[in-house]
Amino acid sequence: MTLQQLTIHEASERLSAGEFTSVELTQAVVDRIEAIDGDVRAYLSFDADSVLEQARSADRLRSEGAEGALLGIPLAVKDVICTKGVPTTCGSRILEGFVPPYDATVVRHLRAAGAVLLGKTNTDEFAMGSSTENSGYFVTHNPWDLDRVPGGSSGGSAAAVASDACLGALGSDTGGSVRQPAGFCGVVGLKPSYGRVSRYGLVAYASSLDQIGTLAKDVRDAALLLNVIAGHDPRDSTSMDLPVPDYFAALVGGADLGGVRVGVPKEYFIEGMQPAVEQAVRAAASVLENLGAEVCEISLPHTEYALPVYYLIAPAEASANLARYDGVRYGRRVSAADLGTMYRDTRGQGFGAEVKRRIMLGAYALSAGYYDAYYLKAQQVRTLIKADFDRAYEQVDVLLAPTSPTTAFRIGEKVEDPLQMYLADVFTLSMNLAGHCGLSLPCGFDAAGLPIGLQIMGPAFGEPQVLRVANAYEQATEWHTRRPGI
Amino acid sequence: MKLTKQEVEHIADLARLSLSEDEIALYREQLSAILDHFARLQAVDTSDVPPTATVLPLRSVMRADEVCQEVSREEILANAPDAEDSCFEVPAVMD
Repeated sequence: MTLQQLTIHEASERLSAGEFTSVELTQAVVDRIEAIDGDVRAYLSFDADSVLEQARSADRLRSEGAEGALLGIPLAVKDVICTKGVPTTCGSRILEGFVPPYDATVVRHLRAAGAVLLGKTNTDEFAMGSSTENSGYFVTHNPWDLDRVPGGSSGGSAAAVASDACLGALGSDTGGSVRQPAGFCGVVGLKPSYGRVSRYGLVAYASSLDQIGTLAKDVRDAALLLNVIAGHDPRDSTSMDLPVPDYFAALVGGADLGGVRVGVPKEYFIEGMQPAVEQAVRAAASVLENLGAEVCEISLPHTEYALPVYYLIAPAEASANLARYDGVRYGRRVSAADLGTMYRDTRGQGFGAEVKRRIMLGAYALSAGYYDAYYLKAQQVRTLIKADFDRAYEQVDVLLAPTSPTTAFRIGEKVEDPLQMYLADVFTLSMNLAGHCGLSLPCGFDAAGLPIGLQIMGPAFGEPQVLRVANAYEQATEWHTRRPGI
Repeated sequence: MKLTKQEVEHIADLARLSLSEDEIALYREQLSAILDHFARLQAVDTSDVPPTATVLPLRSVMRADEVCQEVSREEILANAPDAEDSCFEVPAVMD
């Protein structure tokens, strides 16, 4: 196994043992990026010199006695997360050239832990999309099949992890944008509970739904990353002041799932779903039973309404959050003689089609005469969707479901029909509406060799149980050891 | 339901987006189709159901009224498309 193929926990152990240096590890990842990123296109920005300087600094700190799971570990960050002094575009032309004057809190945590920040990964524009095809810059390709999408919106981060172009990455998940690309790329994608991780420095898309999440090669790595980024932040008034348990330590020796109740929501097995996906997920349920879990069917009756609810609430919140891109203080400006024209032209030319579509959908849903029928109604149904989950968690500890109805689709296949694209997220949306936690991990491959994602979901702040069940499943199977041929 | 051209232009105006004629036509089709799909929400009985604006029990989170400056004026103006002295420069705000 080459250095860039290591997991974070493996690399960390061996760095501590002095087997190699962070410079050597980071150089291996840099070489890998240079070899394949021309084809995968996971990175929007990457600076080899600064990266090796960070690695040298980490080695120096280690020689002075510093330690920690992320010390000297090369990681990538989705380009919707602010990094001081490093261009941050959110995959949009309207922020071309924008250099944040501050670090997001999660970036601050990673730097304090001594991580090496490799660069910024590609994303659907302002995190709006399910394939990374909405990036204003270029499309990212799925390392398992370069003609296919990596998923979205955290497609760059997922593709980078899957292709060993980083040891782990941060992404963001508003409607499934960490879990779905993780599913398509065969990696672990964790969405923490709403309020678990600070959103300060995460460029806002939908403020009541956004969470920063992690992309990793295995569940233990996901736990290590969560340890570092979780916690209350006075700069984010939607972060909860709750202690952060040691998510990694809790995974040691947890193979026996006796006493764990797993619910399988029947509404998550729909017509039109790829048969291989259903088979793999049902097989996963059997694996959990063999590990001692009690698996039963449950119902989340309002599941079919998650899509319209999400696509009314998220765009409504986005229409407010994206009002700030007006050419005044940062980003691109289209000059005009009067202010109004400057706003309209800057935004009309600077935003891509999907962003404009969602802003308009949101503005419409909030506008006079339509607010009650659309936005208010959606918020009321959101209450019912959340109640479905709360009721389920009275009977079971975690839920098991597919991540997406299909494996990765072809680039260009769904761009003409926005609604078709939205349907890729039907299994992930509800969790954001409820504010709960969950992850996707690989549970098989289809006949074309494409990864199939399995979701394990839990109630708010139920990450320890979710990680434990996921880890037990992962260690009882070998899907996570497979790598794309690239 | 089909949005009219005027409705699309009105929404674009609310959102401060300049759109070409082609874009107006395209979004008119796409938004109408999307809103059609969303009509199914009307079938859900939401009488006496409170709306959920946020899933957390937090409300009006406050901090002490203390000045803290973490970013300098120069750093902030560095990203401005147009700046003069300590101000962002824009076209005239008032006629």
